Amino acid sequence: MHRPDDFQERRKHLEGLSEEELEKRFWDLAEKIVDPLLELAYKNTSPSIERSVLLRMGFSSIEANGIVDNCVKKGLLGKGAGHAVLKFAKEKDMDYLAAGKLLAEGKGWDEVETLFQGGGAR
Amino acid sequence: MKLDKDKKIDIKEILKDLESYRPRRKEWHWREGVGKRKLHSFEYREVSDGLTNSVPLPAAKYFDNIDPQPDCVITTEIASGRFEDDIRRMRMAAWHGADHMMVIRTAGQSHFDGLIEGTPEGVGGVPITRKQVRATRKALDLIEDEVGRPINFHSYISGVAGPEIAVMFAEEGVNGAHQDPQYNVLYRNVNMVRSFVDAAVAKKVMASTDMAQIDGAHNANATAREAWKVMPELMVQHAINSIFSLKVGIKKENICLSTVPPTAPPAPCMRIDLPYAVALRELFKDFKMRAQMNTRYMEACTREATVTHVLNLMISRLTSADIQSTITPDEGRNVPWHYNNINAVNTAKQSLVGMDGLRDIVEIRRDGELGDKVRELKERAVLFMEEIIEVGGYFKAVEEGFFVDSGYYPERNGDGIAREIDGGIGAGTVVQRDEDYMAPVCHHFGYNNLPEGLDKACNPIEGCTFCNPEKIVFIDELDENDNVNVRLEETAEIREKGLIKPEVEWCGDGIVSLNLFLPVEERTAEFAAIEIGKKMGLEDVEVMNKQVMHPAEGTYVEVKGKVTFAIDPSTLEIPEEEETLSEDEIREYATKNKIKVVCATVGEDEHSVGMREIIDIKHGGIEGFGFECHYLGTSVPVEKVVDAAIELDARAILISTIITHADIHRINMQRLHNLCVEKGIRDKVVLIGGGTQVTNEIAVESGLDAGFGRGAKGIHVASFLVKKLEEMEV
Repeated sequence: MHRPDDFQERRKHLEGLSEEELEKRFWDLAEKIVDPLLELAYKNTSPSIERSVLLRMGFSSIEANGIVDNCVKKGLLGKGAGHAVLKFAKEKDMDYLAAGKLLAEGKGWDEVETLFQGGGAR
Repeated sequence: MKLDKDKKIDIKEILKDLESYRPRRKEWHWREGVGKRKLHSFEYREVSDGLTNSVPLPAAKYFDNIDPQPDCVITTEIASGRFEDDIRRMRMAAWHGADHMMVIRTAGQSHFDGLIEGTPEGVGGVPITRKQVRATRKALDLIEDEVGRPINFHSYISGVAGPEIAVMFAEEGVNGAHQDPQYNVLYRNVNMVRSFVDAAVAKKVMASTDMAQIDGAHNANATAREAWKVMPELMVQHAINSIFSLKVGIKKENICLSTVPPTAPPAPCMRIDLPYAVALRELFKDFKMRAQMNTRYMEACTREATVTHVLNLMISRLTSADIQSTITPDEGRNVPWHYNNINAVNTAKQSLVGMDGLRDIVEIRRDGELGDKVRELKERAVLFMEEIIEVGGYFKAVEEGFFVDSGYYPERNGDGIAREIDGGIGAGTVVQRDEDYMAPVCHHFGYNNLPEGLDKACNPIEGCTFCNPEKIVFIDELDENDNVNVRLEETAEIREKGLIKPEVEWCGDGIVSLNLFLPVEERTAEFAAIEIGKKMGLEDVEVMNKQVMHPAEGTYVEVKGKVTFAIDPSTLEIPEEEETLSEDEIREYATKNKIKVVCATVGEDEHSVGMREIIDIKHGGIEGFGFECHYLGTSVPVEKVVDAAIELDARAILISTIITHADIHRINMQRLHNLCVEKGIRDKVVLIGGGTQVTNEIAVESGLDAGFGRGAKGIHVASFLVKKLEEMEV
């Protein structure tokens, strides 16, 4: 977009504002811009987020990669990768770290899929 | 493990038992004891606790070697591509007053989807890995003990692996990080949805350890064609990241705005930069300011860069800075060299200390021209945000190229950076969390359907790595050829035998630089300089900087090249440092023997300062040790000096000769010796020459007993006199 500097024209509605009012307007607008972004973040996840969960659970970065890649393939990322690991471990009655290592190698995913009754949103 | 200040840091020792190393501290550290204190004879008002070990500024020798530490944290950016060499540079920087070590990442890491492991070599930065981070943190823990002040370790939580890097940083005790989803979107072309979704998780993790966050707004300055025109947008970018971070849970006091004075001379920069700095600090009053130095208008001239940076520091002192970042003066020509990190840190320390308490006597005129500018900037920023809302929000605004447009908003030139909502790296990878989404870990942002009744999110797994660090998995190396052990092996000979090879970045890199003035025009000078470098035996010779002194009369050229040899210190002949007698020994001898000394500046030479420093009691001169000095003044003929010595029965003659034109200093010294021989007193008097260009070797060659040059003090001369006179008695 090309537009000349029409500041004098545009600012007319701000002219009467005190410094405090102007600053308040600045912050109100900033909130208005970020609120939908925060809501988006609240409701969604990503491969990196899920790997960060697996790291916090005590998996290595290599294992976290393997688990998340398979999660994505099965459309199960929306369940939470850590969730998938725990569900599988419970089903197998295994320590969750050992269960996660199997999943990282690509094993057991059909079972995981069944456990989540056919997967989630891709 | 403890560092010995006389020994180099042992990298192999740092790498030992790394798998079990845990950081002692995770949170950001602000300097302590901020306020007034007295040092030497001065009252300081904006300083913090001093260091137990440090290198003061060169001129500190006139002030009892005091090393006042400014109130704000001082940053140095270190990134040679080899962390094992960066650690050594960090130690040097800490000794000069840096307490924020910012490690730049290797090119391309922001597009790496996951964590990198091991210690591969980087380009323009270091691959940020757990091992690299842990080793650096371990070294910094030792260095902070050595200097006596906590050191903040910092890198980047950006790109497509932000949340994972944030977790790794929180586990490993990284105290500060850049985190700003807008940076990913605008400059790294990471998908915008992915960037903001990831950012919330990364920020929540950062909040858990009280990590300081620095935003990415300063990059608009570095990118925009006319950097000062993006000022309204910069405030918008700061606001978006700040309020987003605040709402995710980062405390205001840990949210730092990365702000740069946008312009530089020959622009009248203070009049443009200062209103902007004031507007920003008013709008963001409870947030922290990370004052960065200008990089946008940096050329290869280190002097020019330094002046710009000092002006930037003046803005910091006139307004405020919580973190004073530094840019090395050579950043306009290469990846920073060791000593340029130190130069930049010292530029900050020197300027901040020099302007200590300036605001107590100089005030910004808030009304009038500056006030009008402040108001205008705020209004332009408000208008910018109104239009973002108007077009349908942040993503729409990015799609329409709102950001980094070279127009001074609301002016638009249509050259902004536009990105598509479904484009960029990582597009289409974001997935909605299902109703039964669960993440059984602490400090996780967003919807989380955890079982009810847990006191901690990580109960289902009996502790996450934040609660139980034993669970952290350490990977050592994945690449058997590209790792620190292989690199250390390559330089083993140098390190183990203590061979001396010049370096600017890496152990044994061999790089040296030359400063040349060549009396020819620019282009000829450039090629002549390369030839000179080659003839001096340098390899890979390159011109780093050239500056026309006059189109025909000459050019200044700075050249770099590599030396191929190393020096074995055992082959060096280093003369023993002369031991001075104690003050008491000297005083006893001089007073007991009533030693008379004749002193003068000889020839057509009016310099008297050097001689007065050596004689005067108040400068610690030889009078103070009981010598009876007869100062004859300046421009004294040598004959007159000798005659006076005979008349007074002096035991020593001190002549000063500053002027060296046509070797007059040597000639005068030879004359003194010859005259004393002629008059038959040479074996009875001690003859000493002094001056800025005089060395002991020159004086002795000229027939005198000793010569004293730059840096000589009264005690050195006095001690020599006593030793020599005692020797003559025997």
